[in-house]
Amino acid sequence: MAVKKFVVGCFNEEEQVFDAVKKARKIGYKLHDVYTPLPVHGLDKAMGLRDTSIHTAGFIYGITGTTIALSCIAWIFTQDWPLNIGGKPHFALPAWIPIMFEFTVLCAAVGMVLTFCYLCQLAPFVRKHHFHPRATDDKMVMVIEVTPKSDESEITGFLNTLKAEDVNTQIAETGWWLGRYDREQKLYSDETVSA
Amino acid sequence: MASFKYESQVRAPLVDGSKDYHQVTEDIVRPIEAPPSRAWWIGFVISVALLLFGVYSIYREVTYGVGQWNLHKTIGWGWDITNFVWWVGIGHAGTLISAILLLFRQGWRTGVNRAAEAMTIFAVMCAGQFPIWHMGRVWMAFFVLPYPNTRGPLWVNFNSPLLWDVFAISTYFTVSLLFWYSGLIPDFATIRDRAKLKWRKLTYGLLAFGWTGSTKHWQRHESLSLVLAGLSTPLVLSVHTVVSFDFATSVVPGWHTTIFPPYFVAGAIFSGFAMVQTLLLVTRKVLALEDYITMEHIEVMNKVIVLTGSIVGIAYLTELFIAWYGQNPYEGYAFMKNRLDLFSPYGWSYWLMMACNVISPQIFWFRKLRRNIVVTFFMSVIVNIGMWFERFVIIVTSIYRDYIPSSWAVYYRPTIWEVGFYLGTFGLFFTCYFLFSKFFPVIAIAEIKHILKKSGESYKKEMGHVEKESADSLFHEVHAAHH
Repeated sequence: MAVKKFVVGCFNEEEQVFDAVKKARKIGYKLHDVYTPLPVHGLDKAMGLRDTSIHTAGFIYGITGTTIALSCIAWIFTQDWPLNIGGKPHFALPAWIPIMFEFTVLCAAVGMVLTFCYLCQLAPFVRKHHFHPRATDDKMVMVIEVTPKSDESEITGFLNTLKAEDVNTQIAETGWWLGRYDREQKLYSDETVSA
Repeated sequence: MASFKYESQVRAPLVDGSKDYHQVTEDIVRPIEAPPSRAWWIGFVISVALLLFGVYSIYREVTYGVGQWNLHKTIGWGWDITNFVWWVGIGHAGTLISAILLLFRQGWRTGVNRAAEAMTIFAVMCAGQFPIWHMGRVWMAFFVLPYPNTRGPLWVNFNSPLLWDVFAISTYFTVSLLFWYSGLIPDFATIRDRAKLKWRKLTYGLLAFGWTGSTKHWQRHESLSLVLAGLSTPLVLSVHTVVSFDFATSVVPGWHTTIFPPYFVAGAIFSGFAMVQTLLLVTRKVLALEDYITMEHIEVMNKVIVLTGSIVGIAYLTELFIAWYGQNPYEGYAFMKNRLDLFSPYGWSYWLMMACNVISPQIFWFRKLRRNIVVTFFMSVIVNIGMWFERFVIIVTSIYRDYIPSSWAVYYRPTIWEVGFYLGTFGLFFTCYFLFSKFFPVIAIAEIKHILKKSGESYKKEMGHVEKESADSLFHEVHAAHH
């Protein structure tokens, strides 16, 4: 996407992060993100992120599955190849419920996971910049973007007063690229990759 | 930790020892980073040997036909479908732990859900083998899928429970796998970020899909997990319901009963929890994870075993009662003569089932026995033997004496290749489980961290202090107000 400049600080406790997020937003710093090793409930609200709509997507995938299953079975058993099963009705809805249900669940689950991977850019060979190696271990890593309106040393001072550890400045790519985690270079040159 | 005060002090901690987030990572990732032990290699080699024996048994069956098994016109479903139902049932405990207990907000599921879900996936893989190879001409297995073809098009029968099973099992496997893997992504990232070796960085880098731990991603991840749990809950109930429909929608005495769906689901959870106990009692010892899979976890699962075992027991008794009360001579014969009569050809298997499933789990009413590891391990094996015999009883005792006495079967016993196929699925199951326990985080790292400050031992002590203090001050305030 773009290369930007960030100030990074680490915290050990959830309370510290909530406090830091609140203060940073009050001052008006541009919060890039907070990276945590575990889901911290309420942090998304504190950061002002809107609720995810992924469950709505799941519902839509689900009813799509129901519709496909019902319409396909109905067409096959009443139009394309009506089988006479002991003179029972061709449109045997109760007998189709198990398959309609299973197909609903299948479509909802597969669709949601794919949507989740798409929204979060998750796939093998996807590489991103990691601001701190222990963000997946025990540190809550707060990343503030340096904008023309904010001052780098001021943000550093802000994080230091909040007792953040390892405060440092990083210039980083914000998007993803194709790469491997055991090598630094990208799999393809920059021209072929667009985020 | 004032914000976590709502956790009750009455409950025992779910994570023992004084730990912080980093220590949790260390404890769970350590076995992955260490070379495998000698015990691991011995277990792995035995599993692979069993798997190879199974592959050879299947090779015989495919080459010479289903005649390699002792099935015939009267007993068309013998060991093969017994094993199928047994393995599917085992899988159910994993989904119960990962999905239903998530919806019920049961904190203790966190210590055991990863391994239990792995067990589900491997068990369903084993289960799927049986109907597939039972087809005989396995190269035509794709005929079970509905797709436009040049044979008419001749479609599959959507009204048949056997086709419902195709959809149920394949959906169950897919959804369980997705649920399991989406939970694994953050933990793979943890391993990736601390990896020193090049191959480990590459492998776990690929498996972790570039996970960063961003707050937005966690928000979506939580939402995804919750909805997948909500989908898996009716799914797991439907799967064994559909498996029971394979029997219940027929007109065979002994199968043709409306009690089958709940009875099968309870039995599935019963046997599944027994298998979880078998696996985790060994896993926690070998990988030194006693702080995460504690005596509390074992006791809670034993409570589930005694509950579901008793539900199964009531189902058996209800079946007998209805067979007598219904006054249908054929059903009465199947139950009273072919099963209940100890001196009938398969009467022994019915009583073995009763002893293993209904009578023996009752010992878990005693707290001392629920918390005894040797007793628990022994019982977990007994329960799985009992549940295997339940399926054997349902299948064989219902069909070996047909409506026409002239087609009554001679005594059915499996061939070595039928047994070999079953042993082969044990090989497949344990090969997968050994690989899982070596290369995958056996406990959900991020989820344990999530409950650590609520239910961890050291944090609970701190909270106890806070709670006591506030209760004391409350007392003084109230006391002062009254005077």
